Amino acid sequence: MDLQTVWFAAVAVLWIGFLLLEGFDFGVAALLPVLGRRPADRHLMLRSIGPLWDGNEVWLITAAGAVFAAFPGWYASWLPALYLPFVLVLFGLIIRAVAFEWRHSHHTAQWDATWTHVITAGSLIAALGIGAALGATTLGLPIDGDGNRVGGAFSGLGWPALLGAVAVLAFSMVHGALFLALKVDGDVRLRARAFALRWAPAAALPLLAWAAIVHLRYGTAITAALWVLAAVAVVGAWTRMKLDREGAAFTAWALFLVAAAATIFGAAYPVVVPSTVDAAFDLTIADASVSDYTLTVMTWAAGVGLPVVLGYQAWTYWVFRKRLTAEPVHEEAAEVATA
Amino acid sequence: MDVLDIARWQFGITTVYHFLMVPLTIGLGVLVAVMHTMWVRTDNPEWLRMTRFWGRIYLINFVLGVATGLVQEFQFGLAWSEYSRFVGDVFGSLLALEALLAFFLESTFLGLWIFGWGRIPKKVHLAALWAAVIGSIVSAYFIIAANSWMQHPVGVVTDDATGRPLQVDFFAVLSNNTALAAFSHAIVAALMVAGALLVGIGLWHLRKRKLEERSTEEPDQGVWRRSVRLGGWVSLAAFVLVALTGDWQGKLMYEQQPLKMSSAEALCETEAPASFSVFAWGKLGSNECDEVHSITIPYILSYLAHGDFSTAVPGVNELQEEYAAVYGETYPDDPSFGNKAGEPIDYTPVLSVTYWSFRLMIGMGAVSAGVAAYALWATRRGRVPTSRVGVYGSLLAVAAPFVANSTGWIFTEMGRQPFVVYPNPDVPVEDQVYFFTAQAVSPGVTAAEVWTSLIALTLVYGALAVVELWLIGRFVRAGVTTGDGHPTPGFTPEPPDDADDAGAPRRDRDDDVLQFAY
Repeated sequence: MDLQTVWFAAVAVLWIGFLLLEGFDFGVAALLPVLGRRPADRHLMLRSIGPLWDGNEVWLITAAGAVFAAFPGWYASWLPALYLPFVLVLFGLIIRAVAFEWRHSHHTAQWDATWTHVITAGSLIAALGIGAALGATTLGLPIDGDGNRVGGAFSGLGWPALLGAVAVLAFSMVHGALFLALKVDGDVRLRARAFALRWAPAAALPLLAWAAIVHLRYGTAITAALWVLAAVAVVGAWTRMKLDREGAAFTAWALFLVAAAATIFGAAYPVVVPSTVDAAFDLTIADASVSDYTLTVMTWAAGVGLPVVLGYQAWTYWVFRKRLTAEPVHEEAAEVATA
Repeated sequence: MDVLDIARWQFGITTVYHFLMVPLTIGLGVLVAVMHTMWVRTDNPEWLRMTRFWGRIYLINFVLGVATGLVQEFQFGLAWSEYSRFVGDVFGSLLALEALLAFFLESTFLGLWIFGWGRIPKKVHLAALWAAVIGSIVSAYFIIAANSWMQHPVGVVTDDATGRPLQVDFFAVLSNNTALAAFSHAIVAALMVAGALLVGIGLWHLRKRKLEERSTEEPDQGVWRRSVRLGGWVSLAAFVLVALTGDWQGKLMYEQQPLKMSSAEALCETEAPASFSVFAWGKLGSNECDEVHSITIPYILSYLAHGDFSTAVPGVNELQEEYAAVYGETYPDDPSFGNKAGEPIDYTPVLSVTYWSFRLMIGMGAVSAGVAAYALWATRRGRVPTSRVGVYGSLLAVAAPFVANSTGWIFTEMGRQPFVVYPNPDVPVEDQVYFFTAQAVSPGVTAAEVWTSLIALTLVYGALAVVELWLIGRFVRAGVTTGDGHPTPGFTPEPPDDADDAGAPRRDRDDDVLQFAY
């Protein structure tokens, strides 16, 4: 395998890792108004992702950084073509990050509720926007022969972007529910299980459809097998949910994402931005890539660095592995103390 | 304004804003890690309280730095896609390595530190903080290496097919002397920011306690006193290092970007020996160098530039002609230069910006060092200053090193215009890699789009600044507090070392200001 292919695979792995990890914290945040009926429930849900969301978000930065580093042509065509959607994603991520920190920096019910809503809103915007961007880059953007967008500010936002947006959000919400079922105890755990069981089949459809379209356009026998694996994983996840096997259900749902995303990236290879203007303008890894020297340097750095990162990130998940229960929040604690 | 100007304003606003958080994150991170280390070593509750108070400010600031840093990574692609294409072989890999080798370390271990109180053994918990702080410093190195490559491109040749730089020596890029000088200068400047914060806030609390006639036996007295002493000494030591590294960097810049340095002095005509300008007036803003007058000190500039009192320093007028002769009188008449195609090139940066930002940087650094010296003197042998001017002046002077850091970077970046990648003078002209800012902007993006993001980002950043300052102000006034916002004088928590205890109710909850109250 040549280095460009290796790095295409590496970029795919980073995006999949991002969706797998940040997917559940997007999902938990999006589910706050759905599953978090009492303030204590919402605190519990936020505590489940508190130590993890920032580390998860670095996967996005690394994935985008790897696109720039290995395929600057891809980065330079993809981002400006979806200028406003990407700016919106940045807003979502900014307000979400500060809300996580600021929420607990001042103790009134109103303040708390406001920033909790901001976390949900920011996560929804970010999940939809990133989904739209991934949908567009695998299904087509209106770019010319130089890789520049034609047709104005909104020309990149067609059905592919919409499909990607819905697919990523739907996946994330069920993913978040399964994470909660695994991670917390009490009412929220039960409600999360019920939510996942009810919505998993519908939530799987947009991602399966997206993968099917990319496969039908460019796919091979391997991507066909991957798509079938994704579909089987959905069925497996759902049956495990029915049996209340939370760990197995979470694993199977994660496998669904990995297989579906692998179908998409595998089928799209070697094209990184298909042009909706003319297939001759399709941007491929060869057009977009840096030199072999730079790829070699990065291969060494990633080969040493990535296993270390995976090691210590896994370790923090292990440290925070304990199932959480709703503790009295500060106001409640104060009431207990005065009673 | 055309897309180029709007995109430049956007880059300037978002970067200067982001860089308000960065030096505080780096500098305060180091100091909080030192405090935490002292607590682990001595078991003195004052160090624990310091760790928690300053640690909380560190975190409030850190998160805004992370949030605004995201914009930085994306806007190279969004607004500067031609730049991204041109420098892709070098620049992107430095950003990716920063994410892989530094951001993961920073965010993962910071999460572990915040949530790890009482859950993991004390020393492992301390190591987590150090890992995060080292992550911040490594991250600064990669970013400065990327920036320094734009200032002084090394380790590349020109690709004949595309005209773009091809990386041939990654270690040359990493060991760029421009990067080593700028990194060391930026890190010690970051320590000055943290030192000034400790001094300003610490003095204010000490004075307040004295006026309220609070007991000097309470641990909080020690918290503020130690903060002032630590901050003062760090500021002073850092100032000495800032001067030394700045001198090194300045001498390099006289070799690598002489026009930037002569613009810093508004030195129009070549002088031998050259004098240092103290105050300039005239038409700095219109870049008419001959209309600029200044009060000068003879010989000093020759010394700053070359280490002796006689060597000539070239003037702006002469350099402008030299650059025009080599890189062209006008921009090529090519659509990739947008509105600038065929226009004359001004190789001189905006003199009013370079001249005054350079002086503000030095002046504010000196103010900061003066305040640190005052604070150390005023708190000698247990004294507490009650002078309104001294204490409130020190509080106000917390802003000084922030201004110095910002203006330093504004000088560095504005001083390299009209190039975004500056030609390296060590390389023969025909092999040089360079790129004009006018070529760098995204061709497909419309002015309306960039206006939208510029206005929206500026508004959101402004709103965030208001909330951030309000929160920090409230938190600082409250002093060392518990998680509930109530002070607990004399209470010393001892987080359990036993990790298995994590789920049990926490004895130390009342003083738990770092545990996020999720």
